[in-house]
Amino acid sequence: MEGVHYVLHAPQGDTYADLLFTMIERRDQRPPVTYTTFQARDLGGDTAEMVKTSVRDAYNRFSPQVMLVGESCTAELIQDQPGSLAESMNLPIPVVSLELPAYSKKENWGASETLYHLVRKLLLSKALPAGTQRPERDLAIRPKANIIGPTALGFRCRDDIQEVLKLLGEIGVDANVIAPLGATPEDLMRIPDADFNICLYPEIAQTTCDWLKRNFAQPIVKTVPIGVGATRDFVAEIGEVAGIDVSQVLNRSRSETLGNWNVSRVASSAIPGASRMPWYSRSVDSTYLTGKRVFIFGDATHAIAAARIATEELGFTLVGIGTYSRKFARQVREVAKQHGVEAVISDDYLAVETAVAEAAPELVLGTQMERHIAKRLGIPCAVISTPIHVQDVPARYSPQMGWEGANVIFDDWVHPLMMGLEEHLIGMFREDFEFAEGHMSHLHTAPPQEGNVDGVAAPTDEPVASNDAKHKSMAAAPDADVDSMGWSPDGLAELKKIPFFVRGKVKRNTEKFASDRGITSITVDTLYEAKAAIGK
Amino acid sequence: MALQACTDHPSETVSSDIPVLKERGQREVFCGLTGIVWLHRKMQDAFFLVVGSRTCAHLIQSAAGVMIFAEPRFGTAILGERDLAGLADANEELERVVEELLVRRPDINTLFLVGSCPSEVIKLDLAKAAEKLNHRHFPKTRVLNYSGSGIETTFTQGEDACLGSMVPVLPSKETDEPALMVVGSLADVVEDQFQRLFNQMGIGPVSFFPPRRAADLPSVGKGTKLLVAQPFLSETVRLLIARGAKLLPSPYPFGIEGTTAWLKTAAEAWEVDSEKFEAVIAPAVARANTGLERYRQELSGRKAFLFPDSQLEIPLARFLSRECGMELVEVGTPYIDRLLMDHEIALLPQGTALSEGQDVEKQLDRCRSARPDITVCGLGLANPLEAEGMATKWSIELVFSPLHGYDQAADLAELFTRSLERRKRLTV
Repeated sequence: MEGVHYVLHAPQGDTYADLLFTMIERRDQRPPVTYTTFQARDLGGDTAEMVKTSVRDAYNRFSPQVMLVGESCTAELIQDQPGSLAESMNLPIPVVSLELPAYSKKENWGASETLYHLVRKLLLSKALPAGTQRPERDLAIRPKANIIGPTALGFRCRDDIQEVLKLLGEIGVDANVIAPLGATPEDLMRIPDADFNICLYPEIAQTTCDWLKRNFAQPIVKTVPIGVGATRDFVAEIGEVAGIDVSQVLNRSRSETLGNWNVSRVASSAIPGASRMPWYSRSVDSTYLTGKRVFIFGDATHAIAAARIATEELGFTLVGIGTYSRKFARQVREVAKQHGVEAVISDDYLAVETAVAEAAPELVLGTQMERHIAKRLGIPCAVISTPIHVQDVPARYSPQMGWEGANVIFDDWVHPLMMGLEEHLIGMFREDFEFAEGHMSHLHTAPPQEGNVDGVAAPTDEPVASNDAKHKSMAAAPDADVDSMGWSPDGLAELKKIPFFVRGKVKRNTEKFASDRGITSITVDTLYEAKAAIGK
Repeated sequence: MALQACTDHPSETVSSDIPVLKERGQREVFCGLTGIVWLHRKMQDAFFLVVGSRTCAHLIQSAAGVMIFAEPRFGTAILGERDLAGLADANEELERVVEELLVRRPDINTLFLVGSCPSEVIKLDLAKAAEKLNHRHFPKTRVLNYSGSGIETTFTQGEDACLGSMVPVLPSKETDEPALMVVGSLADVVEDQFQRLFNQMGIGPVSFFPPRRAADLPSVGKGTKLLVAQPFLSETVRLLIARGAKLLPSPYPFGIEGTTAWLKTAAEAWEVDSEKFEAVIAPAVARANTGLERYRQELSGRKAFLFPDSQLEIPLARFLSRECGMELVEVGTPYIDRLLMDHEIALLPQGTALSEGQDVEKQLDRCRSARPDITVCGLGLANPLEAEGMATKWSIELVFSPLHGYDQAADLAELFTRSLERRKRLTV
């Protein structure tokens, strides 16, 4: 936001957080945050006085319109009550005191809570009396929407906003306030002017949107337009909430996906977009994507959206889904249930790693953390959600939402997978000196293989490197009982002929098949019997 | 006691009258936990377990998480509300976490429990925890502890605290024969260069601390002479002195002059005759002069402003002014330890504006009004200053790059010319 300054009671060193903005997001200004940066020698003295000094200095230097005052995890322990201290200083501007329990809540909750308290502080006095209806919209005036939720350090928020504004333009809706990203306190004061609120990032916006609904009777558009299907639903929901006809836009999104090569389209910038994803995904080059096993993890919003795209728009099979957003665990569990899998609701990356190893997917869609896991297990990976690093704040236009967002998603998710021809050839000829197992020539690198083939390579190959042993101890942990199954040498040799990215799954299936039937030595025949009984 | 050894070297040359501006206010610096980012690469058989909050975990992950780790070498035991309620509980939790970690990573040779602001404020006794865990796991895994908290340590002081924690477990030397210990993490390539020069001069045996593997601890005793490679190792040096080692005070081996003075200090202690000394260093000095020349021309006469970050600022300012001809507007440093810095301060030009500590807003005001040609600062300030039209050199890189010694003197100068050069090249 602009015009808002934050005084944070925090020890020396916590200013590292500035780097998230100046480096990861490459901001060209210092964040509007003043830290008290107390040190050990200050703890004996008056740290409360440091808070007051910081608040006063920050007010004098930056002249903000609103001041936020809060504490970091360490300051929470010394209990100086910086918020009430600041409120008692009688600054001529609103001071919002933030209570953010650092040992039980996390980033998204902090952002959601901060936005809610800020909006509440500024708008509480203007709230409609209970039970009041909003006056009917004058049909001669275009409907107006607030876009609530985009923040700094969000996943592709910068470009998502552009894409959503384009969508709103297509259906004839004006944007009233976009908040918090880029908004000023005056902008927040204008929030009640809109006809409805678009809850674009529920993790950040839902609390605020619910409050606005109660106090200003503003309906909420809840669909998050990530993916072609979700974008159509989003447009339809706005049509309903705003009482406008959106059928033209919906029809175009269905009919014009093939027309992207038409000269008049290519030459024109005026023609509204339809996503290329439906056609790209239908074209025969994408056939090999059918049934690719995908594991999804991230914040709930992006995970749920990804699950729909993966299964309905790209034809993958969902073999695992999870989120670290406990607040939205129920919704993620529902999606998991529809696909017959168990949702992973955890912020412990080891739990996620275990679940990924267990599900043996061919593609992981996750956060920066899942990239570590995927590297370890040798599985292709794409990032769909925060936490992210600098490469996921790209210079190019790269939304996730709307028609163009779907194009970006198609490219980004398919890219890490082995190209179709290479996949076929490696499946047929296994002794190539250049294109070896797990090699992906379009990426210039081959992922490590041992994680995915745990227990397979050991008996016949070179002595296991210590590294390999570690991988096995982890990857094999979830099903140690199954892993003790005996593979006969010919069975094992045959298993190694299965393309590497499905081998983990075939191995598990075969062992389960054998174990269910009391087979103690897995032969070539067992492997093919299991394949016939279970499928790939 | 600890300071006694250095009084053997009265430092008449020191211009201790240089006024130092001491400021207190908002400090825009890293905490000592960041030391883990390079220490985990220097000692690959060590694991760093931070005992702290999500903030600590987030810091490390933000700093090092851009690299993709198949095998993590650091982690955070995150304190929860339950841990804050009662200490006994927290200790048990920590033991459980360590047990799990060591089962998962049986190859860990040394485990550092790293204290943070929250663990220090609630007075979680990590020393005791480490001792207890050490009893259980030594000799397979040695468990040590140090604090990298922001309230006690600034950035590179984390390395000081880490090395300090290793000093008590260094083996004792059996004889009092002279031996050289080079103190402070150096890039592997730099270590090798120094080792070759020492060999040629007949100085030895030489050990480097920290070692490349935490398992290969160097020994220390009465004959150990300390040649300090990094200026931020106050506690480590004092602890080594307390174990009988003797400090060889010297400027730091940045630039040609610093490297020569540093090597000379060792050569004198080993009574290497000066002809031999000159003969050994001559080829490297000649090379370094050639390499440095083109950057010297670029930097000469330009103004530099250094914000506090790593304690490398004073030696770097000395190099920039004496060997590159730069003018020093202000040299900020988080902390000045006279025991380790007097020989450097003595080499600064008369009237250098030195500042210790920080009030970042005031320092930014001074910087803006001086309009230096190059500003050395942290990443929190760099892009915003660039956007104001000032050329910056982000300072953290100075800790991460091989910059010590003759053959890196030109690389060091190049780091400061790079952003100037870039500005010349870019046309959009």
